[in-house]
Amino acid sequence: MSLQPVKFYQTGTFTVGNRLLAPEERSVQANMQRTSSLNSGHRACQGCGEALGARYAIDAAMNATNRQLIAANATGCLEVFSTPYPETSWQIPWIHSLFGNAAAVATGIAAAIKVKKQKGQGGDVRVVAQGGDGGTTDIGFGCLSGMFERNDDVLYICYDNGGYMNTGVQRSSATPPAARTATTMPLGPEPGNVFDQGKFVPAIAMAHEIPYVATATVADLRDLEYKVTKAMGIRGARYIHILVPCPLGWGTASHDTIRMARLAKETGIFPVFEAEYGEVKSVLAIRRPLPVEEYLRPQKRYAHLFGKSPAVATIARIQALADKNIRKYRLQARQGEH
Amino acid sequence: MLKQTEGSHAVAEAVALCRPEVICAYPISPQTHIVEGLGEMVKSGDLKDCEFINVESEFAAMSVAIGSSATGARTYTATASQGLLFMVEAVYNASGLGLPIVMTVANRAIGAPINIWNDHSDSLSQRDCGWIQLFAETNQEALDLHIQAFKLAEELSLPVMVCMDGFILTHAYERVDIPTQEQVDAFLPPYEPRQVLDPAEPVSIGAMVGPEAFMEVRYLAHAKQMQALERIPQMAEEFQAVFGRAIGGLTHSYRTDDADTIVIAMGSVLGTIKDVVDEMRDAGEKIGVLGITSFRPFPIAAVAAALKHCKRFVVLEKSLAVGSGGIVATDVRMAVTGMGLKGYTVVAGLGGRAITKKSLHALFAKAGRGELEPVTFLDLDWQVVNRQLERERQTRRSGPAAESMLRDVGTVASKIA
Repeated sequence: MSLQPVKFYQTGTFTVGNRLLAPEERSVQANMQRTSSLNSGHRACQGCGEALGARYAIDAAMNATNRQLIAANATGCLEVFSTPYPETSWQIPWIHSLFGNAAAVATGIAAAIKVKKQKGQGGDVRVVAQGGDGGTTDIGFGCLSGMFERNDDVLYICYDNGGYMNTGVQRSSATPPAARTATTMPLGPEPGNVFDQGKFVPAIAMAHEIPYVATATVADLRDLEYKVTKAMGIRGARYIHILVPCPLGWGTASHDTIRMARLAKETGIFPVFEAEYGEVKSVLAIRRPLPVEEYLRPQKRYAHLFGKSPAVATIARIQALADKNIRKYRLQARQGEH
Repeated sequence: MLKQTEGSHAVAEAVALCRPEVICAYPISPQTHIVEGLGEMVKSGDLKDCEFINVESEFAAMSVAIGSSATGARTYTATASQGLLFMVEAVYNASGLGLPIVMTVANRAIGAPINIWNDHSDSLSQRDCGWIQLFAETNQEALDLHIQAFKLAEELSLPVMVCMDGFILTHAYERVDIPTQEQVDAFLPPYEPRQVLDPAEPVSIGAMVGPEAFMEVRYLAHAKQMQALERIPQMAEEFQAVFGRAIGGLTHSYRTDDADTIVIAMGSVLGTIKDVVDEMRDAGEKIGVLGITSFRPFPIAAVAAALKHCKRFVVLEKSLAVGSGGIVATDVRMAVTGMGLKGYTVVAGLGGRAITKKSLHALFAKAGRGELEPVTFLDLDWQVVNRQLERERQTRRSGPAAESMLRDVGTVASKIA
C-alpha cells in the first residue's frame, strides 16, 4: 500500500493528530515550517477543491525539492483566483502563458534549467505544470501528450472538477455522463451529459509508458502528498490527476467538498491508483463499495435524476460504470486487506 | 570565412554562433533545413550547452520557447506559413510577456489553397503581433540579421522575426561570409534577462490585467517598438564596426537621389527590381528603389524622407490585404500623407508566381506614364479568373473554385514564363 502507517491520536483528523507525531512522521501540512505555496487571500470560492488540492500538491512538491520549484499554470480558475495582481498567492516562481500550453511551457522551463545547470549557472530546479480538466484533457491535450512522449522532466498536475467552471460550468471531456452543465442541460430524452463520451486521461498517460502516473482526491490528502513527493523523486514525465469537487459547478455545499471526493472514491466513480511505466502498481482500496446514488444525490448537477420519478435506468448505467472501475482497477479490498 | 552554402545552412551557422541555449523545432517547408542544420550541430556536439527539442506542433514550439526564454535561456525557433498561423496565440503571448525569442520565418504563402511557395502573407498576417519584423534581401543579410536580432531582442525584451523568402533564399546556394565566433562574441553579449523564473527570487509572470492598466501595458509594447526604431540603425553601425559589412538598418535606398519614380519592396525581389532599375537608368529613366528592412517597427520618417523628392511611388508587395489592396502600401501611404505623391500598389508574386524583369519593365514604364491602376495584380491571368466568375454566375453548384481553375489552366505545373 502507498501509505506509511500513521498513528492517529485524534480519530478522524489528519493534521491535529499529526502534530503530536515525530517531525519526520508528520504530513507536509502539519509541518510547523510548512511552505504555504498558495497563500491565503486568494479569490477561490468557499470550499474550492482545486485550491485545497493545489496547496497540498505544491506544498509537497516544494518540500520534496527543497523549494527549488517553478510552476507553469494553464488559464483557468486556479490561474485567475491565485494572481489578482497586485496580489499573488504564489510563493514560488510562477508563469501563466495560455490555456492550452502549460505542458509545453514547462518543457521549455525544464530545458532552460538543464542547460543552465550544465553551464554551472543554476542549481537543480524542478518544474510542475498545472491546469484544470479543460486545460488538460481538451485544449492542452496536444502539448500534454508531446511532453509525455518526449519524457520531459515535468510533473503535470490536473485538477479535475469535471468541467469548465471558470467560464461558467460548461462541459469538458472530463464531464461525467448525465451531469448537468451549461452546455449539457437536463433537457430532452437524455438529460445532462451524454453517455459513451469523454476520456480518462490517466489511462492515456499510462499508454505513453511514462515513469509515473497517479490519481488522487482531496479526500485523502496524505495520499496526495505521498504521491506528489514520490513523483518529485522521479525524473522524466509524470502525471497526477486529482479529483477536486467544485461546489459551484456540482451544486454541492461548500462544507461537503471533502465528503464528495470521498464518495467519488468509495463508490468507484473515481479510481485512485498509481502506475509506473504503464502498469498499475497500487490502488486505494474500497472497503465496502457504496451505491453511486449516495454520491449523485447531494449534487444539484444530477438533480434531474432524482425527480418525482427517479431515473432508475440512468442511475443503473452510472452504477455499471463505477462497477467497471472497481473490476478494472481491482479496487475492492479482499477480506483481511484494508 | 567565405563559403558557398545554402541560405538555410548559413542561417543555421549564424544562429549557432549566437550560442542559443534552447532550440525548438517542428518541420515545415521551407524552413526545415535551418533546424535540421542546428539539430545536427547539437547532436554532434559542435553546438554545446544547447537543448534541441523536437516538439509536436508549432504551437508547442512557441510555447516551449516561452518557457525557456522566461527561465533565462537564449531561445530560437523557425517556422513558415501555416506553422506561423498555428502558433499565433503563443506568438502574441511571447511579445505580450516581453520575451526576447528570435524566430526565422521562411516566408511562404498561406492556404487555402495549399501552396508551399514564397510570398509574404505569413509574416504580414502577424503585422500587429508585437514582434519586430526584419526582412532580408540576400542570404548574407539573412545570416547577419539573425546576429543583430538576438542583440536587439535581448536589449529591448521583445521578440524578433527574421523574415527570409522561402526557397528563393532558404534553398539558394550563394557565397556568404560566415563570421568568426570571436566577432559574434564581441558583438553579442550574454543574455541578461529582465525577468526570470528563479526560486531565489520568485516572481509571478502572466497575471490578468484589467482595464486599470491594460492600455498602459499595451502602450509600453508600442514604446519599445519606437525604441527599436532608434536602435536598429545604431545597431547596423555597431555591426559594421565589428564585421565590416553594412547590413540591417531600417531602409535601403538605391539610385533614389534624383528619381521621379521610386519602387518600394521588401525581401529578395529587390535584387530583380534593382536590375530593372539599372537598365531603365541606362535608358535615361529617373527611377530608384527603396528597400524596407524593418517592417515592424515601420520606419515612417525614413520612408517619408526617402520619398521626399520623387513624383510617384510604386509599392510592389508579395502580399494582399483581401478586400482592401496592399499591406505594405497602407503603411507607405500613411508615411507620405500630405506630400502630394501619386502612389500605386502592386500585388505580385503570390504563392511563388515568378516576378520577371520583363513584367517589371512594363509595369514601371506604365507607372511613369501615369497609366497604372491604383491597385494592380502583376501578371494576373484574367482569362482564368473571368472564366471562373462566369461559371459561378451560371451554375449554383459550381464546385470548388481552386480545382475548377486548375482544370482550366491545364497540366502546366506552374506559370513560370
